[in-house]
Amino acid sequence: MVTYWVALLAISILIYLLLDGFDLGVGMLFGAAGSEAKRDAMLSTVAPVWDGNETWLIVTGVIMWGSFPLVYAMVMSAFYIPVVVMLLGLILRGVALEFRGKARRSRWIWDVSFVAGSFAASFMQGAMVGALVEGLQFSNGDYTGGTLGWLTAFSTLCGIGLCFGYALLGACWLVRKCDGPVRDDARRRIPPLAIGVLVFLVIVFAYALAEHLPILQRWTDRPYLLVFPVVGAGAAAMLAKSILRHDDYWPFHMVALIFVAAFATLALSFWPYMIPFVVTIDEAAAPHASLAFMFWGAGLFVFPLMLLYVAVGYRVFRGKAVPADDHY
Amino acid sequence: MDPTALLLSRLQFAFTISFHIIFPAFTIGLAAWLTVLEAMHQYSGKPVYRILFGFWLKIFGVAFGMGVVSGVVMAFQFGTNWSVLSKMSGPIQGPLLSYETFTAFMLEAGFFAILIFGRPRVPPWFYLFSTAMVALGTTLSAFWIMVNNSWMQVPTGYVLQNGQFVPNDWARIIFNRVVWVRFPHMLLASYLTGAFCVAATGAWYLLRRTYRAEAHVMLRMGLALAAMLLPVQLFIGHLVGDYVHDYQPAKFAAIEARWHDEQPASEVLIAIPDSSTESNKYAISIPVLGSIIGSMSLTSREVGLTSFAPQDRPPVAIPFFAFRIMVGCGFVMLGLAWLGTYLGLKHRLDRSRLLLWGIFLSFPLPWIAILTGWYTAEVGRQPWTIYGVLRTADAVTPFLTASAATASLILFVAVYAFIFSFGTYYIYGLLRAGPAGLGGKPLHVPVPNRPISLADQVSGARGYLEAGELPW
Ligand code: HDD
Ligand code: HEM
Ligand code: HEM
Repeated sequence: MVTYWVALLAISILIYLLLDGFDLGVGMLFGAAGSEAKRDAMLSTVAPVWDGNETWLIVTGVIMWGSFPLVYAMVMSAFYIPVVVMLLGLILRGVALEFRGKARRSRWIWDVSFVAGSFAASFMQGAMVGALVEGLQFSNGDYTGGTLGWLTAFSTLCGIGLCFGYALLGACWLVRKCDGPVRDDARRRIPPLAIGVLVFLVIVFAYALAEHLPILQRWTDRPYLLVFPVVGAGAAAMLAKSILRHDDYWPFHMVALIFVAAFATLALSFWPYMIPFVVTIDEAAAPHASLAFMFWGAGLFVFPLMLLYVAVGYRVFRGKAVPADDHY
Repeated sequence: MDPTALLLSRLQFAFTISFHIIFPAFTIGLAAWLTVLEAMHQYSGKPVYRILFGFWLKIFGVAFGMGVVSGVVMAFQFGTNWSVLSKMSGPIQGPLLSYETFTAFMLEAGFFAILIFGRPRVPPWFYLFSTAMVALGTTLSAFWIMVNNSWMQVPTGYVLQNGQFVPNDWARIIFNRVVWVRFPHMLLASYLTGAFCVAATGAWYLLRRTYRAEAHVMLRMGLALAAMLLPVQLFIGHLVGDYVHDYQPAKFAAIEARWHDEQPASEVLIAIPDSSTESNKYAISIPVLGSIIGSMSLTSREVGLTSFAPQDRPPVAIPFFAFRIMVGCGFVMLGLAWLGTYLGLKHRLDRSRLLLWGIFLSFPLPWIAILTGWYTAEVGRQPWTIYGVLRTADAVTPFLTASAATASLILFVAVYAFIFSFGTYYIYGLLRAGPAGLGGKPLHVPVPNRPISLADQVSGARGYLEAGELPW
């Protein structure tokens, strides 16, 4: 039971990273769009899916609360400020999507909200992961690191890194979903963004070496984890090739694969901890009665249905987005 | 634990949830109404239903978006501000919220996109199906959150082990009597919100003498629905009061502003409760009625607040007044809906401008009733978060600082005020522009009460479609 819910939690986080990742990425690139027509085209690629994408964040949150209440309570309360800022960012960008079409003179307000909200949410998500990797201070299950304990050079770096990562994913999404100048702009942005992500990964690695972060120990103990960086490197090579060939379809999938590899590396190097070196999966797990209740309904039957809705949604809105017929 | 942080957390929770509930209350009702409109359009082919559908869909879109983003905040606030609660009740509240997310939020989110953008891309039956799925999603969401909150009001089916609430009887948690009166009370409240907003818009157009055909449909459907639902709602409200009487005597005493045990008890209609003297000022009360309402008896003994230790008593003024406002709104709405339906049947509604003004101005009433109803329930539950088991003061995140809580509260108030002003402004704009704001012209069909030929209407619709004026 516990294993099932860990797996489902991991899958949900991954789906969230990929879906809301491109969505937030488009939000950040939106700031550099240049013209109203381009902005409209960019928006029309995310308008039908942003709500569903964001719902995966809630899925992640509630699986955590239901299956690992201890971790949910510890992490959310320790990350008080970043969680609040992330939520406010998501609010601003979400309503911007709904309001922008209704506004006339005030449209610029929602353009700014959309970009700023996307940046705030992405940065905070990266910073929280960074702070978890670096290690938070807990004693007896209570967080003792202070209100700004999560904010360090390393976590800031991770926040910026995730912004680059999401923007890269967003650019590839635009290449896949748009035509004409929007696609060409996006394609031009992929190489610098990809290099940015690479540089960030190198810095993180160097920093980890310099600081002897405990997580590094894991990679020397478990050499098989190297499979994932290798997969990631392969995907990066394919990405470069598909960009050079002006392919519209493959870049998104290759960046997605890089994200999968990065996530798997991180998750498996934490194993069996949920909060690194403080709480293990088994310590955090909810009582069997809770896990089983969730398993026999939500887990076994509804989760596949949820994947079905997502598939139906993306199928209905497949192909290149055409802004004109998507406005209501 | 920092008492300022506790107070700020309570304020923040009350503020964010009060903001959130405004939108679900509206979208639950509106989603059901959209399903009805789409079904009627597909069944009868009358263009007026299609026009109304397109019109309300735009408003639905804005309200739904604000409901979603404000809801995401709620899902995380349990962990940020109430970490002790989350840790202890996670094994029960977590799975319930998971069911809500899995069965309701995903359904809504998935089909909402098809509703807004998908009309040209899917067959009509699938479009109708999507509309129904969104409505089902909102209803399921209300169900699970009411189960969740009802468990906090009347905890059952658990044992306390190692500082956690461990569930041992899910059937009792989900299928208890409290859920099955509170869920219908909430659901009907949402339908009433939808019905009154639709009717008020109709009345507004009639007062402005525009969109007569659409206005008549809105007014008739909204009022008829409200006229039927209100008596049911008032009856269910009575059953909700029964559960409070049986399970939460301190809250019941606060609602009644009853300070001392009485036998038979009187009913305080209106007064100013004063907790320093433990008595009421300026009270108007009716003897014996309190026992009748509380226990359906002429002689029963009813408990007063002084039977509870001072640290176990809820505040009195808020539940007392909030409850009376809710009930008052219910009766005003009942009067308006019945009178309006009656005059509508007599074809005299058009000329009763006073009543039209009344219906138009009544659109905030359901919201006021919903908010005051929740204030009754939640403030009356104090000082407990999980009634009788976990105190609010013990549920808050122990290391939360007043400065962090102040910062977040200020940010939430600022951002919510900002988006709320723009949101209402845009919705007002959409309502003001009316169906013609969609690019069409008002339908020149006569009042639907008079029989008109179907062919007339169909050609009318064709005119719209050929002119390419229907942009949905
Ligand atoms: C009676 C109804 C009701 C009540 C009391 C609440 N909600 Fe709500 N909520 C809904 C009815 C609803 C809804 C109708 O399902 C919404 C509103 C509009 C919408 O888009 O979905 C929604 C949206 C919504 C969302 C976004 C869902 C999405 O992404 O589609 C979340 C995470 C929550 N809510 C969570 C909560 C929590 C944690 C609550 C309690 C503390 C809460 N809601 C009270
Ligand atoms: C005679 C009329 C009514 C009575 C006697 C009544 C009774 C009650 C009581 C006793 C509560 C508190 C429940 C608790 O503590 O858990 C309550 C809550 C509530 N009421 Fe009413 N009510 C009436 C009319 C209405 C109307 C007309 C509406 C809305 C349109 C409404 C909406 C609500 C809501 C949303 C709640 C909070 C949810 C809940 O606790 O169930 N009520 N009602
Ligand atoms: C949607 C309508 C709701 C409204 C308007 C509402 C209103 C309030 C208010 C005014 C308070 C502050 C009470 C006080 O501290 O004096 C409060 C507290 C709280 N409510 Fe609600 N509530 C609603 C629904 C819910 C639901 C559905 C849940 C849980 C599933 C819930 C859980 C809580 C919690 C955890 C607190 C904070 C702890 C406490 O003060 O007891 N509420 N709510």
